[in-house]
Amino acid sequence: MIAFLKKYEGLWLFLHSPSTIVAAMVATLIILGAIFAPGIALVNPYNLASFSLFDGLLPPVWEDGANPKYLLGTDDQGRDMISAILYGARLSLVIGLSALTIASVIGVGLGLAAGYYGGRFDAFVMRIADVQLALPAILTALLIDGIARGILPAAIQQDLRVAVLTLAIALSLWVNFARTARATTFVQMNKEYVQAAIMMGQRPSRVMFVHILPNILGPLLVIMTVDLASAILLEATLSFLGIGLPADSPSLGTLIRIGMQFLLSGEWWILWIPTLFLIALVVSINILGDFLRDIFNPRLR
Amino acid sequence: MLTIKDLTVKFPSRFGDFSAIKGVDMTIKPGEIHGLVGESGAGKSTVGAAVIGLLQAPGYVTKGILTLGDTDLRKLTPAQAHEVRGDRISMIFQDPQTSLNPLMTIEDQLVETIQAHSDASKTVARRRAVDLLEDIGIQNASQRIKAYPHQFSGGMRQRVVIALAICTDPEVIIADEPTTALDVAVQSQVLDLIQQLAKERQIAFMLITHDIGVIAQVADRVTVMRKGRVVETGDTAQVLGAPKHPYTRALMDAVPPLDQKIDRFRVPAVGDTAVMQGDTAERWLLEGQQHCLTGLTLENLTVTFAGPRTSLFRKPSPFVALKDVALNIRPGSIMGLVGESGSGKSTLAKAITGLVTPTCGTMTLGDTALPFGKSRSRYHPSRQLVQMVFQDPYSSLNPRHRIGDILTEPLWFYGFVKDPAKRKSLVASMLSLVGMQPDAITKYPHQFSGGQRQRIAVARALLARPRFLICDEPTSALDVSIQAEILNLLKELQAKFGLTILFISHNLAVVRQMADDTAVLCNGKIEEVNTTEAVYESPQAEYTKSLLAQTPVMPKSWRQWAHD
Amino acid sequence: MVYFILKRMVQSVFVMLAVAFLAFSLFRFVGDPITQMTGVETSVADQERLREELGLNDSFVSQFIRFTGDMLQGDFGYSYRTRQPVADMITARVPATLELGVVALIISLLVGVPAGVYTALKPRGIWTQTILMTTLVGVSIPTFVIGIILIFLFGVQLGWLPTFGRGGTVQIGNWESSLFTISGWRALLLPAITLGVYQLTLTMRLVRAEMMEVMRSDYIRFAMARGVPMRQLHYKHALVNTMVPVITIIGLQFGGVIAFSIVTESVFQWPGMGLLFLESIRFVDIPVMGVYLVVIAFFFVLVNLVVDLLYVAIDPRLRLRDVE
Repeated sequence: MIAFLKKYEGLWLFLHSPSTIVAAMVATLIILGAIFAPGIALVNPYNLASFSLFDGLLPPVWEDGANPKYLLGTDDQGRDMISAILYGARLSLVIGLSALTIASVIGVGLGLAAGYYGGRFDAFVMRIADVQLALPAILTALLIDGIARGILPAAIQQDLRVAVLTLAIALSLWVNFARTARATTFVQMNKEYVQAAIMMGQRPSRVMFVHILPNILGPLLVIMTVDLASAILLEATLSFLGIGLPADSPSLGTLIRIGMQFLLSGEWWILWIPTLFLIALVVSINILGDFLRDIFNPRLR
Repeated sequence: MLTIKDLTVKFPSRFGDFSAIKGVDMTIKPGEIHGLVGESGAGKSTVGAAVIGLLQAPGYVTKGILTLGDTDLRKLTPAQAHEVRGDRISMIFQDPQTSLNPLMTIEDQLVETIQAHSDASKTVARRRAVDLLEDIGIQNASQRIKAYPHQFSGGMRQRVVIALAICTDPEVIIADEPTTALDVAVQSQVLDLIQQLAKERQIAFMLITHDIGVIAQVADRVTVMRKGRVVETGDTAQVLGAPKHPYTRALMDAVPPLDQKIDRFRVPAVGDTAVMQGDTAERWLLEGQQHCLTGLTLENLTVTFAGPRTSLFRKPSPFVALKDVALNIRPGSIMGLVGESGSGKSTLAKAITGLVTPTCGTMTLGDTALPFGKSRSRYHPSRQLVQMVFQDPYSSLNPRHRIGDILTEPLWFYGFVKDPAKRKSLVASMLSLVGMQPDAITKYPHQFSGGQRQRIAVARALLARPRFLICDEPTSALDVSIQAEILNLLKELQAKFGLTILFISHNLAVVRQMADDTAVLCNGKIEEVNTTEAVYESPQAEYTKSLLAQTPVMPKSWRQWAHD
Repeated sequence: MVYFILKRMVQSVFVMLAVAFLAFSLFRFVGDPITQMTGVETSVADQERLREELGLNDSFVSQFIRFTGDMLQGDFGYSYRTRQPVADMITARVPATLELGVVALIISLLVGVPAGVYTALKPRGIWTQTILMTTLVGVSIPTFVIGIILIFLFGVQLGWLPTFGRGGTVQIGNWESSLFTISGWRALLLPAITLGVYQLTLTMRLVRAEMMEVMRSDYIRFAMARGVPMRQLHYKHALVNTMVPVITIIGLQFGGVIAFSIVTESVFQWPGMGLLFLESIRFVDIPVMGVYLVVIAFFFVLVNLVVDLLYVAIDPRLRLRDVE
């Protein structure tokens, strides 16, 4: 019985941590909502024809003057708030996850190799990381954006918006992965199972990916959740600054920027609903990240 | 006098309460060195921690009597208990490096401790500290005291730790594995120091260790523990020489003697691990050119590492790990390599297996030369013919791979067996051969104990059909009784399959049991190499002589029964 | 030890050069400086002449060398948008950003470190749980949202503090400071808190993690076994040992503070370098973008270097070799 419990310790911990359960539920809801947005949402915020200005500035259902069709009200363009935040979350998640994937693949790959080969290659990778670190995340993202703006012809700029943003965010995140992968790889290199594999004559790529990688996944997983939160926040920040996604294909950050115009005028929902939604999403991701961290480092419990 | 009666400590956890120790009785008189011996998990450290009140959370004392003189230790408030610590009871730990605050000078740490328990002024405290260090045997104390911990060598550091423990004149000192991390020579000095302190200052010592030799050398009385309970207690000579309890007897049976070679350790048959059958594997290992005995010859082998760069202008001084090593390992024999930490033994193993590139010299396996590390191709036959069993059973198997995957790896990597089903059955048979259940195939390493993991490691090595096996401290991380089992296993396998083995260890007694020939390595140089009998009975080199003299052993006169 | 310092300095120079290279590449490859500076009316011949004069037809390497040389002398080129020397534009804005950053950093340290220590020493208290929850939420709220919330609460609803601009400033030599007037401080408060909150939560979590790790170490256990008074244990031993690795991270964080100031300056319309950078992005004003890059990297590298040197000064293991 005890052995069984120990095996599913993670599960036990999960079930006994109310905050984590709530976080997981919230995150799942939001993610499902984002995935199924086209099916659920009343309105497609990108389809200019599907909403009209006449429906604009309607408050949520519990205030006067509301239209029960739009549960949380509409924004100045007439878009249903619920649809807007669902699509917005969708965009934020797509960008966040893509950026995360790119960053982790590059970062872990470089980090593993740096840890394995050591010497000059390691020094080289570390120098590149130093340079990347000297330019904080926002800066890198803004720069890439600026460059893209300068290089790409205006016509395709809009279409490539998402790609540029993803690339920008990915570039600012890869160093985290690289450093952690490198540090954990160094630790594993001293372990005897790695020495046994190298001694046998196995290919470096096999040693790195079949032997070492499964053993460093723990800390990397934790970073992934933290960085997912960072990626989403970064994209929101960029959109808020006006550099990210534009108003006609808004992410949560863009919605907040739009909403800020109405800070003083009383249409509070246009600002606070996307804000709360964004916070809820990121908080749940962070709680899950903390939970993962506790699982992989039992001593901190 | 420290009295412990019926001490029980529990650790509550999600899975229920776990009794770390149960019903422990012990008394220690002033000036007595009381050994507390047992294998891992016996609870020895828990007893010490309970006495000084530093049990790891969430452990707590559920019942029992703990008195020091007239004071009932269990009835003290936390503040009072903290007063007692240092003042009357002190404790020292295994690793002197981590026991000292790296950012404070020795002086600061000593003065702070002295002032914590007396009204001495800073000057007086400083004076006392210097005197103390000199007593302990640290020369030039008034200058050395201003240094930081990392500026001392391991042995000196442990002396500083002892100084810190006695600077407040405690009545009892609990020493938890105080010499386990030290070299033999240093260990001998520290043990002498402990004896001196016990006699001169009438300090009672609780000496916790797993090393029977240490107990034999310094302890007046000894308590043997197993799985949280006291098994036997009494005068050292009696308990070690003529043990009453079967567990103690089995324990003493497993201790390798330094003065003679025994054929096989007498090990109690535990379940089915005594049954070693694996006919398929045995046949497979014996087929083909498997009976060709292979020896290894090393000549002029030198390995140098670039030192750390400390100055822009001077080139870093190279560190010579091995210098001019010459060794001839006869085909089919076991060569023991003895050396302390830093002597270069692991470097030698790495040079042979190609993980490290020697600077010069030759290595010949059988009758073909072994190319050096970087130039050795990944497909060189030596990669299969030379296999290694490592020291740390907890890191020599990939924690994320199943046993089956780990063991089939050499089979398909070297192309021995193409058919996956045949591979599986061969692996199962090999597991039986090393004394494991074949159902281990689907499990993960963490589900096995240290000794079991070493058996799996041996199986892995054998599945490459090697002719030459390097065993690098294969039992140093194992309990004494498990060590005996593994050593028996290795002896059997070597005899059956004609393997040539290089057996590396810092434990002289173990090497005596295993090796036909012995080489003694010190600071990268071979001090002496000869047949084992010759090296142990009539050592030539000074280093070997002092090593043998300083290794703590049980006096022959105590032993009242013989190994068979 | 000297070697260590030299090595670090060489690394820093390398990083600066790499950043300068990036900035220079920006100049060269993004957009055409000539078309930016002139206009449609200038003839092609004139444009060519301008190109020749400005040395834009020279080789890549020589242009890069000239670029670096100019930078080292303080000549940062001219902005495409305002035609002003970039150096002047930036130096005019530096005090605002620096003051904001330093005050934010101080706030984050003053609150973060004690909070970290407290939550490490009392892991199960109710206050600890509250603080941890709060910081978790704090880390999840983007800086600009915090800014908006603060503006809403203190600026709009309560009307206590101004929501944009710097307030009254005082000129000290070249430095225009807002630290010497009450209105300056009132204007500084909200932006500094906004900027500081994120850093605060990071610092707190870091200090907490490090301290918990330290409290578990053998030398703390040994000190307890010797009966060293708890207070001394916690502060003289544990805290001091905790701060050593924390210092490095704080150094890194300062870079983050400067970078995050972009967002805060945007929300509060704070006239600092960040706002300048944002405008330059909108207008694709390459010279300003490039120079901002170099300036930020410089700050970052400088702070890191100082932190590394501090490390050497504090940790005796790096300073002194084995005496035996």
